[in-house]
Amino acid sequence: MSLLLEIGNGALAITAVLTGILLVVAATVIAKLISPKSYTVKKAETFECGIPTRGQSMIQFKSGYYIFAILFLIFDVETVFLYPWAVVAKSLGTTSLLCIGIFMVILVLGLAYAWKKGALKWQ
Amino acid sequence: MFDFGKWTTAFNDFLLGCMPEWAALLIECVLIAVAVLGAYTVLALFYILYERKLCAWFQCRLGPMRVGKWGLLQVFADMFKILIKEIISIKGTDKFLFRLAPYIVITSSVTMLACLPWGNGLQIINFNIGIFFILAVSSVGVLGILLAGWASNNKYTLIGAMRSGAQMVSYEISLGLAILTIVVFSGTMNINELVWEQESAWFLFRGHIPAIIAFLIYIVAATAETNRGPFDLPEAEHELVAGYHTEYSGITFGFYYLAEYLNLFIVSGVASLMFLGGWMPFHVAGWEAFNNVMDYIPSVVWFLGKSFFISFIIIWFKWTFPRVRIDQLLAFEWKYLMPLALANLVLMAVFVALGWHF
Repeated sequence: MSLLLEIGNGALAITAVLTGILLVVAATVIAKLISPKSYTVKKAETFECGIPTRGQSMIQFKSGYYIFAILFLIFDVETVFLYPWAVVAKSLGTTSLLCIGIFMVILVLGLAYAWKKGALKWQ
Repeated sequence: MFDFGKWTTAFNDFLLGCMPEWAALLIECVLIAVAVLGAYTVLALFYILYERKLCAWFQCRLGPMRVGKWGLLQVFADMFKILIKEIISIKGTDKFLFRLAPYIVITSSVTMLACLPWGNGLQIINFNIGIFFILAVSSVGVLGILLAGWASNNKYTLIGAMRSGAQMVSYEISLGLAILTIVVFSGTMNINELVWEQESAWFLFRGHIPAIIAFLIYIVAATAETNRGPFDLPEAEHELVAGYHTEYSGITFGFYYLAEYLNLFIVSGVASLMFLGGWMPFHVAGWEAFNNVMDYIPSVVWFLGKSFFISFIIIWFKWTFPRVRIDQLLAFEWKYLMPLALANLVLMAVFVALGWHF
């Protein structure tokens, strides 16, 4: 364990990230070296589903997805707030229960409001 | 139990004895990188074969049988084949984002893999907020998929990426809340401590009803999080060609393939860590002789065995349930799973506050 403690977790995390990048770079370089290369106009076209593409593809998109993204933001931030509480919940006992109860009630009210407004309905 | 930490400590002392500190550090970092790369590749190859074989058996087929004994060499042939395929560059794509996307997907899964405890003392990154770090890194992977779909200049990949984004961010909440339930129970986020907490019994048994509910929620959310059936909407091949990676060819497609299987292993690994004790052998309080016998089985075998078992369940889902629609998927998460996970969290908090657990 002392080996791991000495290097420090930050350096190890950076090593892991660099490993990931190295994997992609190495595999791409190997593939580039041993794979065939040819270029034709037809081949460079977007495949899509087999028939010629029509119009632009980077277009404005259905807003339903964004509503869920906004909802996610609220609940994800809430989960982040809950983590510090979760670690100390055991030592705080019943007091923690009361505090988090109030937080939860506000949150559930928010969810109920979104539900009532129809934000959870796919349209 | 054998402590692998002894080996690493001895190795570290040996290195420090014969070279300056910076050189020892460099060598250790390189060795760790090699170990992670090796584990990553071997696991991915194993999982490809594992899934192909299981899926064949579920359909009363034999699966790959020709290359090598029982088709064991099939995956190596497949990997080599994918390496020698041409990487086609397509007109009209956003070049930078198109190339960036595989980096994000692979890097996030490698970093998560480095956080998992493989055995007693066999863990690379050991943050005091370990499980939180894994969750944070896992949400970076969504970005890669979104970028891939957007940059491809293809309408089907765009739909696939948007579905994937909506699905993964939605189920991440349930996943986070299920893990949170266990954090409330254990009072720590350090992965090493989480495993040692389960020495007397695994959290699934110690945690009473809330832990069992959390386990079920976790399994469902993890299936959705890895884009596997019945939640494989982002790559529903009957509707979207191949989903977000349609335009990728050769090894660039292979990266998504690798990352998908590695993510399956990682969610299974986290499930075994949070609920089934990680590398901790099966212990029953009071049965000393039984516990000693269990300790003889190496910790690595325990961890991998549990992870493969949970992966087996997740693969089983795919061949049991039909694919759901996007509205059903989101309604299931937001109207049933997430409120249930919240209620379960409160239930667990009550259990912990009143001391109704082992």
